Amino acid sequence: MKGQLTVKNLTRHYRLRQRGNLFARTKTLKAVDGLTFDVAPGEMLGIVGESGSGKSTTARLLLGHISATSGEVVFGGEKVGAVPDLAWRRMRRRMQMIYQDPLGALDPRITIGEQIGEPLIVHFPDITRDARRAKVRAVMGNVGLSSHHGDRFPHELSGGQRQRVIIARALVMEPELLVCDEPVSALDVSVQAQVLNVFQDVRARNGFTGVFISHDLKVVRQIADRVAVMYLGRIVEIGRPDEVFHQPLHPYSRALVSAVPRKGRSARERIILAGDPPNPVNVPPGCPFHTRCPQVKPVCRIERPELMSEGGRAVACHLVNNPSTARVAVADGEAA
Amino acid sequence: MTGSTDLMDIRGLTVEFEGRYRFTRALHGIDITLKRGEALGIVGESGCGKSITWMAVLGLLGRNARVGGSARLEGREILGADDARLSEIRGGRIAMIFQDPSSSLNPLHKIGWQLGEALRLHQGLTGAAARREAERLIDRVGIANARQRLGEYPHEFSGGMNQRVMIAMALAGNPDLLVADEPTTALDATIQAQILDLLDDLRRERNMALVLISHDLGMVAEMTERVVVMYCGRIVEDSPTADLFDNPAHPYTRGLIDAIPSIDGPRQRLLAIPGSVPPPDRLPSGCTFLSRCAVAGPECQRAVPTMIDAGTGGRHRAACVKLGDLLPPANAHLPAPVEIAAELV
Repeated sequence: MKGQLTVKNLTRHYRLRQRGNLFARTKTLKAVDGLTFDVAPGEMLGIVGESGSGKSTTARLLLGHISATSGEVVFGGEKVGAVPDLAWRRMRRRMQMIYQDPLGALDPRITIGEQIGEPLIVHFPDITRDARRAKVRAVMGNVGLSSHHGDRFPHELSGGQRQRVIIARALVMEPELLVCDEPVSALDVSVQAQVLNVFQDVRARNGFTGVFISHDLKVVRQIADRVAVMYLGRIVEIGRPDEVFHQPLHPYSRALVSAVPRKGRSARERIILAGDPPNPVNVPPGCPFHTRCPQVKPVCRIERPELMSEGGRAVACHLVNNPSTARVAVADGEAA
Repeated sequence: MTGSTDLMDIRGLTVEFEGRYRFTRALHGIDITLKRGEALGIVGESGCGKSITWMAVLGLLGRNARVGGSARLEGREILGADDARLSEIRGGRIAMIFQDPSSSLNPLHKIGWQLGEALRLHQGLTGAAARREAERLIDRVGIANARQRLGEYPHEFSGGMNQRVMIAMALAGNPDLLVADEPTTALDATIQAQILDLLDDLRRERNMALVLISHDLGMVAEMTERVVVMYCGRIVEDSPTADLFDNPAHPYTRGLIDAIPSIDGPRQRLLAIPGSVPPPDRLPSGCTFLSRCAVAGPECQRAVPTMIDAGTGGRHRAACVKLGDLLPPANAHLPAPVEIAAELV
């Protein structure tokens, strides 16, 4: 029922032409720039980062919705391609996605029950109608929808119920891989808690491999076994949520964690980063974070830090991986 | 009622919206007193009326809204005031910033022009004087290279920069009160930290009162001195911030606090509030939280609960008839039944 997800050196670049000038040189937007990570069978990997860090592009690459510029995604021993051929269709059965905006992902003219059953019609056309209905009912029960909801239309449901429908529709295929892109961001706090609980329940029951993308660190901590922090298309830190959120090593993760408001703390303790994230079209040379980093050293401006792992935890920062080089380089920089 | 320190006094504010067949009441009598220089947080879920309260006070609601009650600014009634007086108050005494900064700015005019307009209206500055003041404000809200940036358009600014421009425009009238309606919801976490820091600095520097409307309890906990919790168009709890988080009195407030995943401490199952917010035209009789409340009893159906003392010197008040039963284990969270109830959605 489960498979391992392996991502190797995955990149996705977009070529942009400057507006208004047909002959202008194209620029390259590196939405995802060399991602390498594994998700163990049954594990849930959380991905956090700000807008423009490439989280959603990663989600679409993992499922083969868009083609990668280079690198590969392997799930359960099979390569995930982006060419919609027979093998691609077969892979669809095993992987599902949950979207942020539930109303946008549902057809307003089809009843909830039919929408949840539709993937079965597509992928398993030989199931009988009764078997399909029974399956839909069972899945709806699992996510906390009553059977009378099946005859309703999306507009008749509340936001939390719609998100449950999306979850049910993904689960009806009994996916081995579930990619969730900001699944609770559009929900109110009280409803968000309900949906997160549903997530944990179905995961305990079905045990799928998962990738959970969110900008909310608290939500990711609640749901993920491991968390990756992305900045400008790259992973800057990856590790267990407790490690990453309690003792963040990368200066960016540190700022991100300190920006989470919490009670019993003065607002003064936040780490305030200067400026905005750089435009992904013009990623600065060296460490992409050096323009905003409070601890920047000369070497950070020149050399791009690699993601170096140690005991299941990896950080891409000169200060952490190579404190001596960082110091030597300082001396060099001063001499020069 | 109008003590020298009270800046704003809202009493029994009601708002009704005209539907096709009848009026639907969105606010059911809001009482808020705000002192000079105070930082007040207003929390609640979407649709609870937290924004409408301040839009109604400033006369920003459309023709289909019927506003009742009273709102006094330093003792003078502003509800139903004429346009000339309202224009004086809006921006001049009470400024408001909104969630999405890019849509609050005019895309066709340069930042400098828009800021200059605010300065002309509120301070009567024109020409070089306006230009100088605009540069000073832009510089104060942390935008580098002020002179050049005043000649740019909103689309050339990032979301965080646009929110800084909105704050600069709000400051143009030297307001006594800044109402920030979800000022950072559309912004990224690190940018949110910058904006909150700026708002906090400005408030202290100018002794300006701040009303922070937000659904994020953590943010309100950090930024404010007092919090008002709203549910279905009513205030259900009003408390000093520290006390609210240590001893939440109303079951809804307790539920809200428990429903947020924490970033530290042991990871445990969330205690969700069952069900969802009832639509404003189908509120249950009695306490509106009744259908979702874990401790509701028959007495809750009788009438809408009024605000009563919830301990500590009359500054912490909540609207719940069960308060007497709930209070004794002040620090303990609600027992197990809540979790069971959470499953029966």
